[in-house]
Amino acid sequence: MFPFSFEWIWDMGHMVFHGGLWYALSIMGLGLTYCIIKAAVDTAKGKGGYHH
Amino acid sequence: MDSALIPEGVKRCPTWQFIIWIGVVGAVMMWGVFAILLVYIKGLNQTNMNNAYGFALWIWADLTVIALGGGAFFTGFLRYIIGKDELKHIINYAVLIGFICYSSALLILGFDVGQPLRAWFIFWHANVHSMLTEVAFCLTCYFGVLCIEYLPLALENRQIDKVPFFHHLSHNMHEIMAVFAATGAFLSFFHQGSLGGVPGVMFGRPFGFREGVLIWPWTFFLFTWSAAAGGPCFTILITKITEKAVRKKLVKDNVIELLAKISGWMLVGYMVAKIIDTWYWAAFTAPSKGFTLMDFYANNPGSVYGIWILIAEIGVCGVLPALILITDKGRKNRIALFLAVLLAVLGVCLNRWVMVLQVLAVPVLTFENWAQYLPSWQEIATTILPVAYGIIMISLSYRYLPVFPQERELNPIEAPVSQTQEQLPEPETPPAGAEPEPSPSGS
Repeated sequence: MFPFSFEWIWDMGHMVFHGGLWYALSIMGLGLTYCIIKAAVDTAKGKGGYHH
Repeated sequence: MDSALIPEGVKRCPTWQFIIWIGVVGAVMMWGVFAILLVYIKGLNQTNMNNAYGFALWIWADLTVIALGGGAFFTGFLRYIIGKDELKHIINYAVLIGFICYSSALLILGFDVGQPLRAWFIFWHANVHSMLTEVAFCLTCYFGVLCIEYLPLALENRQIDKVPFFHHLSHNMHEIMAVFAATGAFLSFFHQGSLGGVPGVMFGRPFGFREGVLIWPWTFFLFTWSAAAGGPCFTILITKITEKAVRKKLVKDNVIELLAKISGWMLVGYMVAKIIDTWYWAAFTAPSKGFTLMDFYANNPGSVYGIWILIAEIGVCGVLPALILITDKGRKNRIALFLAVLLAVLGVCLNRWVMVLQVLAVPVLTFENWAQYLPSWQEIATTILPVAYGIIMISLSYRYLPVFPQERELNPIEAPVSQTQEQLPEPETPPAGAEPEPSPSGS
């Protein structure tokens, strides 16, 4: 799973598989972090309610 | 008792009635939990799996709920990436159904692996040459995406929404939902395909084996295609069943018809590809392995796997619903529409059954007979469990969350006379039948 894992090899299979995994995890993690931080900032600023 | 939690402007059944309903379905769920405990405590000897059937009812259920849960990724793709704005009125429900399907799939895998404590091995010690590794990666990641997509809806609960932080979080998540939807579509394409790729690469099992492009057998693409076609049909089917259960119209006809039309054309494309694939497999692939088409369908006990299964899958549950769904008349007729989506869903279920069970049943060596399998009650109970779990999830979500943005408009509640008189002088009162506020996931 990580390059420091003993069975890790720098080949195409590992790069494609784990690249895809970390790409998806990064988007989810960064997206969620952005939303949480922005929500905290909006709350601190006392922004009004949204009409969706 | 729980009226403060129920969305404004909608009517729900009394609390006692709801508790009885949840209790009855919960009892069925507990039966499944009991069977899970037996499997955990006593082991896989509680199943009727054997050397011929390493994959059985659970894996069929797994593949089926994943395919039917495909309505979430495909509807999300249509709504956020293609820009079909009308689908905002059904996307919440599609996400909820997808969430139930994928959490059920992970639950089933949880007891099917036999050693759940070692489930993390597939990530840590990943075999990058295995399609199932790719399935495990994408399945878990996509479940994460579905949680993210479901969360804004949960935060829209009347009481939770009063907390400013949750209100802003829900809004912000919706603002970038397209990014999550795109990630979900990417993940779904690959894991739906890889599930199809598993039988397709088994050259020792000529019933499932297919040729393909590069490392991907044709079944890879057929599975993704069938999930994109059958998933939205399942969403429509569950919506129609929910409407019958609550005796209310929840989604406008134009929304259902649009989704049905897109599903219909997807089904047409899938059927064309499936028929070509079946013909090529019967005419070239199977003979190259020493088999004729009828070797796969004849002489099996009770004709359980007779040629009828191919006719049912492609003809009755494939071509017929596709023809109904692509015609305007078929979509506008309630019975025909219900029949079409039901058949399409059955077609997907049948396809997964064939690609999981029949692949293993067909004898491949001259001295072998058809392998037989009948699931144990523990397998049946654990497979019914996700259905009960799904009903509970839908019941709770429908009661406490604004799942259907058009519900208020379609089912206006008559206010008491005294209340109406009090509200009359207020100029802010919205006119009757005005467009209600859709939930954040729908806006």
